[in-house]
Amino acid sequence: MEQQIYARWLVIGTRIGLAWLVVSFALYMLALVDPHVPHQDLPRLWTLPVDQYVAASGAPTGWNWITLLHRGDYLNFIGVALFAGISVLCYARIVPLFIARGERGRALIAVLQILVLVAAASGVLIVG
Amino acid sequence: MEWWLWPIALFAITFAMGIVAVLAGVGGGVLFVPIVGAFFPFHLDFVRAAGLLLALTGALSAAPALLTSGLASLRLAMPLALVGSVTSIVGAHIGLSLPAQAVQLALGITILAIALIMWRAGRSEHPEVAQPDTLGLALGMHGSYHDAASGRDVRWSVQRTPAAFVVFAFIGLLAGMFGLGAGWANVPAFNLLMGAPLKLSVATSGLLLSVVDSSAAWVYLNRGAVLPILVVPSIIGVMLGAKIGARLLRVAPALLVRRIVLAVLLIAGGRALLRGLAF
Repeated sequence: MEQQIYARWLVIGTRIGLAWLVVSFALYMLALVDPHVPHQDLPRLWTLPVDQYVAASGAPTGWNWITLLHRGDYLNFIGVALFAGISVLCYARIVPLFIARGERGRALIAVLQILVLVAAASGVLIVG
Repeated sequence: MEWWLWPIALFAITFAMGIVAVLAGVGGGVLFVPIVGAFFPFHLDFVRAAGLLLALTGALSAAPALLTSGLASLRLAMPLALVGSVTSIVGAHIGLSLPAQAVQLALGITILAIALIMWRAGRSEHPEVAQPDTLGLALGMHGSYHDAASGRDVRWSVQRTPAAFVVFAFIGLLAGMFGLGAGWANVPAFNLLMGAPLKLSVATSGLLLSVVDSSAAWVYLNRGAVLPILVVPSIIGVMLGAKIGARLLRVAPALLVRRIVLAVLLIAGGRALLRGLAF
């Protein structure tokens, strides 16, 4: 039962994510939506370690990319975030099923997994 | 070289990788990071992030069918994915904190070890589990699935669950650190260590990978290591290639392809190792 529901949510999430990526990438590549980091600057920047790239390009870290969704490059991030976040939604959907069946141990594992994924997504676990 | 040629080159190479990965029975991520890291100009930080997202999208795409058919088991995957998720986050942070040369060196050693595992590791269709362990039973790691090939229901249980937690923690660490995906390690761990049937192991490996890689992917995303111009053509290339690979599966010489993949891994791993040693 929970496997079928988990699978159904995954299908929906991945289809939307893939469709978004194809469309947003076309808009980005064809410069129909201006990018935050100009295309011609990329070959100079993509050879740098990420921290230097961020400093040199003004690229956002954490969730600050949301403020740049009007830019072609960061429009793609919605699709990427959907791929990275769909598992949280799937887990959240099956927790009530475990609770209803009295499977508390499994519900606890699912809740802990959600917490780990949300912590990773929130950026609170940043170290170094 | 003009900037717009690179995504086209990436699409072409990942399309080929998608075909080869299916034929050789490996994930796209394990080919992507060493090959693109060795032969393209992108910094390894961006390549690892892309490799992780590549492995993630492949696993997410395959998981629904495997879950619906019962071949992948949430019961088996959930506890191990939880441990792997935590360590993959740690691995991603370590990878992004280390100097590029140290990561190259560790990546080279890891890729060569993967090639060795792929070459030497045996597989057991239906391993004998004489006595399921207490922890595995407590976590509900048992069940059955219908094997369409043999037309019978296969009952399964697992053993050595405590050791499996340690192994999957280590696999998660490597997955987060190098963005390699982890099917190459998950399958032998499920199959040979825990005694899960091979088909269940392969299918559940993808499901587990989809959760573990999600955790590490957020770390790379938050650090600004996701470059759409690298990630998107690679994801689309591998996905389309995998569809062609699945069609070619019946006619292609799988053993030959697997040997070619091993040779490519040896070359790419050796190159990463030499770059790490700064030769």
